[in-house]
Parts: sequence; C-alpha cells; structure tokens
Amino acid sequence: MQFSTRVLVLGSTVGLGAALTAPALAADPGTMDVTINIPRLKVAEYHKPYVSIWVEKAGAKAKTVAVWYDHDMKANEGTKWLRDVRQWWRVSGRSLAFPANGITGATRAPGAHKISFSRAQLGAAAPGQYTLVIEAAREVGGRELLRIPFSWPAKAGAGGRAAGKTELGAVAVSFR
Amino acid sequence: MMNKRLWGFAAGAALAALAAVPASAHRQWMMPSSTVVSGDDVWVTVDAAVSNDLFYFEHQPMRLDAMKAWAPDGTEAAIENKSTGRYRSTFDVHLTQKGTWRIASVADILMGSYDLNGKTERLPRGTTTANLAERLPAGATKVKTAEANNRNEIFVSVGEPTTTLFKPTGKGIELAPVTHPNDLFSGEAATFQFLLDGKPAAGLPVTVIPGGIRYRDQLGQMDLKTDAEGKVEMTWPEPGMYWLNVTTPQVEREEGEGGAPPPLARRASYVTTLEVLAP
Repeated sequence: MQFSTRVLVLGSTVGLGAALTAPALAADPGTMDVTINIPRLKVAEYHKPYVSIWVEKAGAKAKTVAVWYDHDMKANEGTKWLRDVRQWWRVSGRSLAFPANGITGATRAPGAHKISFSRAQLGAAAPGQYTLVIEAAREVGGRELLRIPFSWPAKAGAGGRAAGKTELGAVAVSFR
Repeated sequence: MMNKRLWGFAAGAALAALAAVPASAHRQWMMPSSTVVSGDDVWVTVDAAVSNDLFYFEHQPMRLDAMKAWAPDGTEAAIENKSTGRYRSTFDVHLTQKGTWRIASVADILMGSYDLNGKTERLPRGTTTANLAERLPAGATKVKTAEANNRNEIFVSVGEPTTTLFKPTGKGIELAPVTHPNDLFSGEAATFQFLLDGKPAAGLPVTVIPGGIRYRDQLGQMDLKTDAEGKVEMTWPEPGMYWLNVTTPQVEREEGEGGAPPPLARRASYVTTLEVLAP
C-alpha cells in the first residue's frame, strides 16, 4: 500500500517536473506528441478546417487541449462556426469562453502538423485509460472524428494511430 | 352561475377557427434557423406557419400577435423584423446572452356559451378568464365555460444550455426538461416531463413526427403517452427536426355522428420543434 503510493507520487513528479528530475528517470514520458495530417482536397471552394482536440476519461469531464479556428476575425466572428465541430461542442466547447487561453490556435493548411501536450495539459495526472479525440469540420465541407485510446503512465515511443477518410488524414500519437 | 363542463372534440373542432385553437389536421409549427449556437453576436431567424406537411409553409402563416421571446435570465427580449406573408410568418431574435432562450406563442382562451332571451350564444372570440365579466351581456344565464391553453414554443441555446427558463407558469401544458431540448442526438434516448397547470400530467398523448414529410411515403409518427410522473421517453431514429405535440385527451368521434354535442372540457395543447443532431 505504502509502496504503491510512493510509486504514484514519484511518477507524477517525473511527469510534471521532467526538467528538474535526474536524467536517469527521463525514460518515463511526460509529453505526448500528436501528428495530424490534414488532407489536401480537390474542391472548388476550400477553407481550412476547424479542428478540436480533447481528452476523455470515463467519469470525467472532457478536457479540450487544442482548438484551431478562425480566431483572428474581427469581433470574434470566427466563433460562430465552432458549434459545427459538433461532438466537441457538446462535450466541452460550449462551456468554454473564447479565445481560450492555451487552447486557441489558428486553422492549419493541408499537410502534417505536430503538436505536443504535457501530461498536465492532457489532464492525465491520474493513472488510467484515456482517449484522445480529434474532430475536424470544414466550411462547405464535411466533418470527421477520430479516437485514439492511450493510458498513463505511458511508454516512450509510438502510442497509437488512426486514419480518417475524408476531413482528416493519418493521426499518430507518440510519447517521450 | 358558471358551469365548467366537458367540451368534446366535435364542439371543439367547430369552434377551432373562432377560438384560434390549432385546427385538427393542420399542424402549427415554428422552425428556427439554429437551436445550437456558438459565437458572440448571434441571431436566430424563425419561420412560423400552419400546414399539413412538416416543415413546409404551404397553407397559412402563424400569427405573430402573441409571439414573445425570453432571454436566459428571464427578461423579455424583442421580436424583431416581423413579417407575415401568404404562407408563413418570419421574425428574428437577437441572442444577446449565453444560455437557453425561449420563443413562445401562448394563447389562453375561454370557450363556452351563455343563454340570452331564450337563445344559446357562443362566447365572443378573444374572451379570457380576465375579461369574461365585461364580455357577457347583461341578463346572460346558463354561462358555460372551459379554458383552452395553447402553447407553441421553441428553445435555442447559445453556448451551454441552461434551465433557468423552465420554471413553470402553472398554466396549460409545459415542458420540464429531464433531457435538455437543445441536447438531443440521434440514437440516444431523451426524457421529457410534461406538466398540466404546473403538476405532472399522466396519460397525455404525445405525438412526435420527423420533418421532411413531403419526400417520404410513411409519416413516421411516434405515438406516446406520458407516464404517472408525466414523463415520456423517446429515442430519435434519425438526426433532423422533429415536431412534438402534447394535448389533453380528446374524445374521438366519427364524422356525422348524431346525438347531443359532447360536453365542454378544459383543453390544453403544447407544440415544440426539436432539433436532433447527428452523433
């Protein structure tokens, strides 16, 4: 009992304060890297998609870690279409204020985009099973949602992938 | 000498036009441009009509005289850009607050009759409990009345849905959300509770019809009944807009059936339009 508690404390210390801890413990990952491919589409009218990324855990409120939208329009007008990222809007977006600190980002062009999250950002302080959810919705286009389960503590290296068919390309997760 | 008696289907139908009760067979509806809204400066536009097919404006516009809107904090908001055309009415509401808005047209009508000089006369159109005394001519006897409360309302949520607006008025049929009406997804079950005069109403018939009737053969109507707690549960088969109607039970009568008209009854009806999103 006592022993496992100590292990837990140690684990979270490493996760949160990787910079402060000894290099010998660096094998315990504290960061998730996500690579998101936004497909190049042959359409007459193309707008870069709105993309939301969030973390789900059974029994906990969904935690948004990133939302890419037209955040720089005058009078915050780009928020009008946030509800089209409809699952995210339901589980998390509708309770946030925009622009959301540390979450809001600009829309991304087709291609591969890497984004990293610390364990704290992911809200994954407690060990257990989580799901990373990526949802994209495009103006005059479609919508797609991908789910990648992960657990924490995580193992360094590749950590799951999913591939979209329409609005998202391959999405891969790894830990370091 | 008021005498509240039952007011049956045939008599009710005969009075429908007079008393502004939604005529049987024709459905009164409102269609909002959105029910789930994000953004800082948003509006909703609503079409309002009476027609057979849902949701096609093809018969009569809904009158906007009694149309009102309430912000999430309970304050009344303006109905803007009102217009009534041949087949539909339309108006806008500026959604200046976060939370759930209500847009409603409520009619509280007193139906009935009185005797004067040996003849039975109907209560004039526009009679209410409040103005009955002044509307009745001197010498009227055998006054029979029954109240009809008709509520047609929709909800629109900016950001997170709220429930502050669901405090019942205690009059007619009202919705108490177990499931919030702006949080509906196909394949999921939703539960609503209906109150009649502020109390859970058991045994009320509930009709749910998906929009898009014109382009399909089957109506797809769901016929439900409120349970002992006034609750009804339904699972949405498809995403889309649904028309929901709750009424006090009506006596079914064959056309041309003879005999005395059925007695006067208190009537109430409730209509809302619900948007069900894809998961």
